Amino acid sequence: MESQLATILKKNESKILSQWVEEQKKLGSTRVSNEDLISQCTNFLRLLIEGLQKNKSFSIAGTGWDPIRRCLDEVSRARGLLGFSPSETATFVFSLKLPIFSLLRQEIADSAQLTEETWNATSLLDQLGLYTTEAYQRTREEIIARQQEEMLELSTPVVKLWDGILALPMIGTLDSSRTQVVMESLLQRIMETGSEIAIIDITGVPTVDTLVAQHLIKTVTAARLMGAECIISGIRPQIAATIVHLGVDLAGVTTKASLADAFHVALARSGRTVTKVGGARSEKLRETRV
Amino acid sequence: MQVTKTERFPIRVQSDVVVVRQKVRNWTIELGLSLIDQTKVITAASELARNTLEYGGGGEVELASLKNDIGKNGLRLIFEDQGPGIPDINLALTDGYTSGGGLGMGLSGSRRLMNEFNIESEVGKGTRVTVIKWK
Ligand SMILES: Nc1ncnc2c1ncn2[C@@H]1O[C@H](COP(=O)(O)OP(=O)(O)OP(=O)(O)O)[C@@H](O)[C@H]1O
Ligand SMILES: [Mg+2]
Repeated sequence: MESQLATILKKNESKILSQWVEEQKKLGSTRVSNEDLISQCTNFLRLLIEGLQKNKSFSIAGTGWDPIRRCLDEVSRARGLLGFSPSETATFVFSLKLPIFSLLRQEIADSAQLTEETWNATSLLDQLGLYTTEAYQRTREEIIARQQEEMLELSTPVVKLWDGILALPMIGTLDSSRTQVVMESLLQRIMETGSEIAIIDITGVPTVDTLVAQHLIKTVTAARLMGAECIISGIRPQIAATIVHLGVDLAGVTTKASLADAFHVALARSGRTVTKVGGARSEKLRETRV
Repeated sequence: MQVTKTERFPIRVQSDVVVVRQKVRNWTIELGLSLIDQTKVITAASELARNTLEYGGGGEVELASLKNDIGKNGLRLIFEDQGPGIPDINLALTDGYTSGGGLGMGLSGSRRLMNEFNIESEVGKGTRVTVIKWK
């Protein structure tokens, strides 16, 4: 016997809709605005009925169910962005079971037919519910991939530490096209400010491989041609050991363990020193204490 | 030798290299390597993943936890591509040799950073680089 599901749902569309929306509010879908919730539900229910009218099969894999899958893509996406969990997202579909099942009980007197139609509805809604978690997963993966890209592209500012002394604190991975851009902006700023010393601090760079080393060497060489000296600071012990094994030659480059050390060298090279206010007196104090 | 766990990751785009480094970092920590050894393995992984991408036209990496016959634990990385292959492996392993404007230190450096190093390559078929770090 032909399934009556489409006909029964169509006849009671508005009744199901209001029960379904109520059901979801009870389950706490309050983060979605009332307006959005109603429009999502209305849309989904309409597509569900259309799908049932058009498709002979209750398997949602077929192209006949494309529109409803696309609707779920959007719902999952929106909920993923709002921070819903996968099960909260799937509740959108599963909460439709209660209104539909109680409706079927009212509408169908024959118990064999009731079982049959309930089974059809369950199977369909289960597939659609599972589909939302897949769609949700895809959205999350997109978000993660985008965030990773953004981390790669973090902008690195060139800061002026003193007259004639620039610093470039690098943070994050260096092997995107970003390195090129960052290094070029350093050279640009050296030219604009007529700086004589630039400190490139790599404390925040997790891995220094040959590509990173090559970028550093190129920048140091280019800066030198412009009459500026580069100091590379923030080379942690494990990075130093690795560079040695890698066989990369940084011999022609001034390196310092910390940015503070590098700044010290930079000041000395430009003929400056830093002293404590009242330095002489505190020295004396210390002496007398000893 | 016993393989206790494996996992594979694609190396198709630049950001995959970042992911490979992060995964390898996690595995080295799990293995309990010292900070210096962690850094060595991650750096070698970075070199080999970049070669897979740049010269091999993309491929995959397999991470594996090893236990050898005397109960020693280790981490094995296998980088595989179906690219053009390496015509002269000795030349490729020479410090400073590059066909692509690099420093030419990636392969030879990785060999120094790891305990075991092996390249299989066939012109027109592809390249497989296997490296191991023992704890
Ligand atoms: N997977 C591969 N497929 C084909 N050729 C490769 C592969 N890996 C390395 N090669 C060849 O070996 C050469 C040396 O590699 P190596 O990593 O030592 O240097 P590089 O990548 O050129 O520079 P870098 O110092 O930046 O790594 C490469 O230039 C390339 O010709
Ligand atoms: Mg290389």
